[in-house]
Amino acid sequence: MNGTLKRAAVACLVMFGLLMLNVNYLQALKAEELRSDARNIRNYYDRYDVQRGRITAGGTILAQSVEKKKGDFRFVRNYPDGKVFAHVTGFFSPESQSAIENSENRYLDSTHPDLLLRRGIDLFTGEPTRGANVEVTINPRAQKAAHEALSASGKRGAVVALNPKTGAILTMVSLPTYDPNVLSGTDKPTVFGAYNKLDKDKTNGPLVNRAINRTYPPGSTYKVLTAAAFLEDDTSRDGQTIVPAPQVLDLPNTTADLPNSGGAACGGGQVPLVYALERSCNTPFGKIGMDLGYDRMAEQAAKFGVGQPLAVPMSVSQSDVGPKEDQAALAQASIGQRSNQMTPLQMAMIAAGIANDGKVMKPHLVQKITDAKNDTIEEAEPEELSEAVSSETAAKLRQMMVSVVNNGTASRAQISGVEVGGKTGTAQTVQGKAPHAWFISFAPAQDPQVAVAVIVESGSAGTDASGGQTAAPIAKAVMEAVLNK
Amino acid sequence: MSEVVATPVPMPAKRRAAQLFMLAGAVAIVMAAYANVGLAVDGAIPSGMLTYGLSLGGLMLIAYLVLAKFAPWADPLILPLVTLVNGLGLVMIYRLEVGGQEEASATNQIVMTGVGVVLFTVTLIVLRDHRALQRLTYTAGFIGLILLLSPLIPGLGREFFGARIWISIFGFSIQPSEFAKIALVVFFAGYLVAKRDVLALAGRRLLFIDLPRARDLGPVIITWVVAIGVLVLQRDLGSSLLLFGGFIVMLYIATQRTSWVLIGILLFVGGAFIAGQLFDHVGDRFEVWLNPSAPEFYDREVGGSYQLMQGMFGMGAGGILGTGLGQGYPQKIPLAYSDFIFAAVGEELGLTGLMALLLIYALIVERGLRTSIAARDPFSKLLAGGLSFVLAWQLFIIVGGVTNLIPLTGLVTPFMSQGGSALLANWILIALLVRMSDAARRPPPQAIQDEGLTQVFQR
Repeated sequence: MNGTLKRAAVACLVMFGLLMLNVNYLQALKAEELRSDARNIRNYYDRYDVQRGRITAGGTILAQSVEKKKGDFRFVRNYPDGKVFAHVTGFFSPESQSAIENSENRYLDSTHPDLLLRRGIDLFTGEPTRGANVEVTINPRAQKAAHEALSASGKRGAVVALNPKTGAILTMVSLPTYDPNVLSGTDKPTVFGAYNKLDKDKTNGPLVNRAINRTYPPGSTYKVLTAAAFLEDDTSRDGQTIVPAPQVLDLPNTTADLPNSGGAACGGGQVPLVYALERSCNTPFGKIGMDLGYDRMAEQAAKFGVGQPLAVPMSVSQSDVGPKEDQAALAQASIGQRSNQMTPLQMAMIAAGIANDGKVMKPHLVQKITDAKNDTIEEAEPEELSEAVSSETAAKLRQMMVSVVNNGTASRAQISGVEVGGKTGTAQTVQGKAPHAWFISFAPAQDPQVAVAVIVESGSAGTDASGGQTAAPIAKAVMEAVLNK
Repeated sequence: MSEVVATPVPMPAKRRAAQLFMLAGAVAIVMAAYANVGLAVDGAIPSGMLTYGLSLGGLMLIAYLVLAKFAPWADPLILPLVTLVNGLGLVMIYRLEVGGQEEASATNQIVMTGVGVVLFTVTLIVLRDHRALQRLTYTAGFIGLILLLSPLIPGLGREFFGARIWISIFGFSIQPSEFAKIALVVFFAGYLVAKRDVLALAGRRLLFIDLPRARDLGPVIITWVVAIGVLVLQRDLGSSLLLFGGFIVMLYIATQRTSWVLIGILLFVGGAFIAGQLFDHVGDRFEVWLNPSAPEFYDREVGGSYQLMQGMFGMGAGGILGTGLGQGYPQKIPLAYSDFIFAAVGEELGLTGLMALLLIYALIVERGLRTSIAARDPFSKLLAGGLSFVLAWQLFIIVGGVTNLIPLTGLVTPFMSQGGSALLANWILIALLVRMSDAARRPPPQAIQDEGLTQVFQR
């Protein structure tokens, strides 16, 4: 029987051999395919397996990973003041992430090549790998002030505040907002249900960051840029330069005219430039635009960063002065209408450029990235984006904008003891709908620490004065928060 | 009278010390694995580790002492290897319990391991000579058949997961097919030893094979009917395959006729094919095997490939080195504590762990087959060979199924899957192998020197 027994033994050997070959096939050759299969829930659990880094702002925790003792998910994302910072932090859902959570994802989850050394050390010392922490440039007090003030208006809108000297984004509020805690849950059906509901709400668009991803006609706030082009054109000009200010500006080759707001007169028909800005007359700036021509106007806009692709690190929608058309279109574009479309961030950059002696700093949101041991991996360096105007022109513009706040349409932005410069705006949109209320400003005028742009959608009764009523107080609240007033 | 030349006969070493050393090593590996799970999951060595470790160590010490006393010549490798596999199974079940798989219970399993070791020692103590089993050939056959068919008895049988392979007595659920496996192998061995000459008689020669006489086909047909009956009535493809495959190979070992193997395969494949046509659950298995990742099978509620794919996802995630104990998600594999424990091990210990595990099993089988070759009488040869082959065959069916080498059929992974019946039955199986290896390795009776022609035989 030994012969057949030996053959049976060979059969056993063959069976074990086949099992071993097959296991090798599965775990070595086919492993990658099995691992990356969308139905393999392990990918989904792995998202929650590493302690993701924190997102902080000046000592305040905006986002953190909390360890769970029970359940399948080890670390769950938590946003202590979620709604206020939602458009800064973004969310961390089972299959995707947004805003800083997305753009700094590889630092936060520790897979970035810069963290290779740290991971290697952790592997040796047996410490669990933790993601790097991201410090953002947001000023939490100003962010909260902006959120509260804009919420109080009950309208949709956005607030952006910059440090004019560095380009650091101090405030980035967009309303309506959402609660990132809801979208960062671990239960897919709940999260996706909540997301789809938010995403479907196209009117309110709570997922859209209006501060950087929506463009609006800038209205009268754009007159600041037109004035800048006018002053740059001839260095002998200043706020006292007399400009023609008819009651109605005749637009060539059209039957339409460009009147002032409400058809009112603007002084005596010949006014100083500063007066035109204080009263926000349309006709002088329409005329300036037409006299300078499309190319000069577009060039000045480009110098303030319009049309340049930007990432803060979230990508910013492009602002645009509109295509080259006829003189009539140019006159309208010069007062911030027609196809002139700006993001709130772009308008804040214009205010910041003027505040910073004509130099526009590159806006950025990430201040510093530190690893789990608090060693700095990367730190933001202020970077000049462009020189928009000469420092003389900037000084003249600053003076004029201070005058707007002190004597003009923006009296509600006044802060006692601080000189504030600003410009109101009212942007017509669709016929029959209330116009958008704008306000751009900076403070203190002598040594600007903060530049702000505020837009309140359909927040105006139709005059610049009411634009100043709604938007200016919001900017004031933000500036006060930054200046600790 | 010529003088008897006193040539020293080479004595097989007992190697008891080596066995004890290996046993301690196996227990140490298991305890280290325990600590590993605790450290990975809670960051601390589990509080129950000492209890578990001492229980396992104590149990194995008892098994060792009984073995040393009652089967001193036994193969030194079998007990340590089985201890290692049993212990790793325990750790995996503990890990699944910690991970939240509700049905997994390490406490239950260690209690059952204890009962298994008791049965192992009792078998060794009571069964001093395994040849006594030969006298019980037909009794064993009868018991085996009753056990195999007992789940069909109304009021006694229970159906889980669509298979009617459980019986319930005094609140305990027992899977009788695991015990039937041993009883039937004993029966086959006894029966074939008695009838092998008749069965080996050739009938007609067709092409290259000698066909057996038609009248000798009786026992084959009966076994076939029982196997197909199990398949159809209990929906237990695994046990059916195990039983019939074991029988055919033992028939081949006993008669040395390839024709039996061919007839057996044809009969079984034919029967299974007809069953596949008649019953959906058999046919489905085959389709699922060919294309398990197809969404239509994956999403199917019953009889789909969801379980199988979950196991393979786990193994894929494990890769070559595995995620490490306590660091994967084996608790997400359905039935990871029983049928799919091999996939769970694959996830956390990786290809490396599975290769080692397969090698351990292969070694156990090899020691069994070696015993069979070294055995001195046909019954022992056939019984040891049959038991070893059945062990290998069972492993092939379940591991092959879980890794999609062959269509998936439910069977427990010997010594690893949670479940008392299988554990107890397999410890008895190991006791039988140990008993036979003791007999096989015992030095042959020798002429006692200076006593002339009188020879004393040792029984």
